[in-house]
Amino acid sequence: MILAIDQGTTSTRCILFDRRATVVAVARAEHPQSYPRPGWVEHDAARIWRDTQKLIKRVMASAGIGPAQVAAIGIANQRETVVVWDRKTGVPVAPAIVWQDTRTSELVSALDADFVRERTGLPPATYFSAPKVRWLLDHTPGLRERAEKGEVLFGTMDSWLIWNLTGGKHHLTDVTNASRTMLMDLTTLRWDASLVDVCTIPHAMLPEIRSSSEVYGAADSVLPGVPIAAAMGDQQAALFGQTCFAPGDVKCTYGTGGFLLMNTGATPVRSTHGLLTTVGYRIGNEPVAYALEGSIAIAGSLVQWVRDGLGLIGTASEIETLAGTVADNGGCYIVPAFSGLFAPHWRSEARGVIVGLTSYITKGHLARAVLEATGWQTREVVDAMNADSGLALTALNVDGGMTSDNLLMQIVADVLDVPVVRPMVAETVSLGAAYAAGLAVGYWSDLQDLRNNRHRAGRWLSAMDAGRRAAEYQRWRRAVDCAVLFSS
Amino acid sequence: MAHVPGMIQSVERSSAVLRLLAAGPDRLRVKEIADALGLPKSTAHSILRTLEHIGFAEQDPRTARYRLGRGLLELGRGGLDVNELRSRALDWADALASRTVESVRIGVLDGAAVKVVHHVFRPDDTTQTMEIGLVVPAHATSLGKVLLAYDAPAADAVVRGGLDPYTRKTLTHRRDLTAALAEIRRQGWGYAVEEWEPGRAGIAAPTRGIGGLVVGAIGIYGPVERVCDSRLRPRAALVEQVRATAESISRDLSGRP
Repeated sequence: MILAIDQGTTSTRCILFDRRATVVAVARAEHPQSYPRPGWVEHDAARIWRDTQKLIKRVMASAGIGPAQVAAIGIANQRETVVVWDRKTGVPVAPAIVWQDTRTSELVSALDADFVRERTGLPPATYFSAPKVRWLLDHTPGLRERAEKGEVLFGTMDSWLIWNLTGGKHHLTDVTNASRTMLMDLTTLRWDASLVDVCTIPHAMLPEIRSSSEVYGAADSVLPGVPIAAAMGDQQAALFGQTCFAPGDVKCTYGTGGFLLMNTGATPVRSTHGLLTTVGYRIGNEPVAYALEGSIAIAGSLVQWVRDGLGLIGTASEIETLAGTVADNGGCYIVPAFSGLFAPHWRSEARGVIVGLTSYITKGHLARAVLEATGWQTREVVDAMNADSGLALTALNVDGGMTSDNLLMQIVADVLDVPVVRPMVAETVSLGAAYAAGLAVGYWSDLQDLRNNRHRAGRWLSAMDAGRRAAEYQRWRRAVDCAVLFSS
Repeated sequence: MAHVPGMIQSVERSSAVLRLLAAGPDRLRVKEIADALGLPKSTAHSILRTLEHIGFAEQDPRTARYRLGRGLLELGRGGLDVNELRSRALDWADALASRTVESVRIGVLDGAAVKVVHHVFRPDDTTQTMEIGLVVPAHATSLGKVLLAYDAPAADAVVRGGLDPYTRKTLTHRRDLTAALAEIRRQGWGYAVEEWEPGRAGIAAPTRGIGGLVVGAIGIYGPVERVCDSRLRPRAALVEQVRATAESISRDLSGRP
């Protein structure tokens, strides 16, 4: 079996997969989110490592197997979150700064955006790791000196777990995680010396950049001797788990937001439509597969708002029931620009609007407009991806909690005019990590072997006529204009 | 409170709590409810937590005060939203399709018929069509017969509406259907072999919510030669998979450990 560790933003999960890629056992634990000041989000990295050890033991016990039956360990992790720890004691020097944390906005605005984008494929933003490391170095007394002497190490969650799993032997990260630090040159796949210097980060604290799928070393105390053979950022792991191995393959994970990644093949595609260029994965010494990434800030969280903010529904699933009480949106559109508009608009000043209200509109129409908002936001990102890559989407591979919403999946198929496909294994993030680890140790032979495991659990086809789709898209765009206009 | 022998005290007390919550426009604290009924606070608290679990009471997370729950509004509607059922059953249904290598459907009663509320394709990558929303006859399918077995008024309505034949194996006589439903209740699962479509068979089991209420049925459906043995009996291994899946979903829905 292959053990996947999915170290996510709110929880850590350990899942055992068999050769047919079916889930044999799962163990999961949530960890607390700490918000010490407005805009700050922190995790206790030591707690996450303790959780991980417990979960590994629990999942092994529940499957009734020992280390000898585990062929490899693969890791998928929340991206960009920064841990800095003492190389001798293994104790974190400060709470981990989580990707959502915005304390570095001043540092970020001082960066040369064009230069950063050209080197890393990323627009400077507080999400990425580099400004967070810089912040810790600037605000922790004595830390910079210790970092220069090589006494402390920096890593994203993958590095932190691998270092701990190998008993402090290996300090490394994979190329997908490195691509989100805002310190890696996207073409050489090495730390960019000028960016590292601009951010005043001592080279001695940086992990070695490795492939996403190769044997990094053997686990030490937990699962002694089992090779650790993969690491990937969680969204990239989902792309891999969805077997999006060909240029043009796209996956979308629908959770509180939506994350779309398109495999663009061996050359990085620079976006002119507000998308990020990132590394999709790298298997052993093979050429890197690059990806375009676009995200929808508000998807499931709009449904949560309807539940908690408006009290129109009791559970998130009831949005579909409510939307099912009407045949269409009745002319009503909701643009959920709660904290601005993301890709491809990037209008941070925009605010949410509900337009097209008449006395005819009921809560059913609002519910419908809520689901359609996720559909149209997906369409906008897909259009940007198609335009940047010159590839045309042929199907959208979906995963995440919102895929249980049948009406939403139908709406996405309708507005994209391509089939929407849900795979049989819902745990695509863990599966991607397992696949990458299994490939490295020969548990699976090649990408085709992985594709053979993939089965469709559901498939939705567009049922909307072209004229109506075009008219609806136009009205959605007008609603987006309103969201920008209102706040400018 | 005076207690009449032979009556269940906790049901009486719970009803009193509901009447209190329904009486006033204001939300109530645990202590106010305990004082009003002359109950220890811990007892009132346990009753309120149980009512909240069932959906008959709701607690405002900010003020910790209680009011009537929206579950009371839906007393006549089975108690579980079908989309909530799909969402909670999704992973279990995927696993069932994966293990049995058959397509999986979840159904609920819709009048005298069964509405498919979830459909997982057979994992063989053949072209299949999403059947969510499809309405199938209750007396001629395994899903339908399982649902009718636990809903006597619906079973009566189906019989009164006439048992249409779809194949020569469809149960068209009231006593045959009644016997089949009794057998389902006895064994906890049901099947239908070529009763709706020739060459196709299904195995299904009930999914139960809080208190054991049947809120839906889950089953596999496929070619007779795969679903049944040579004597046209459902294969025992498949029956066990369907039953175990229904039981897992029921545990999840009822909040049992």
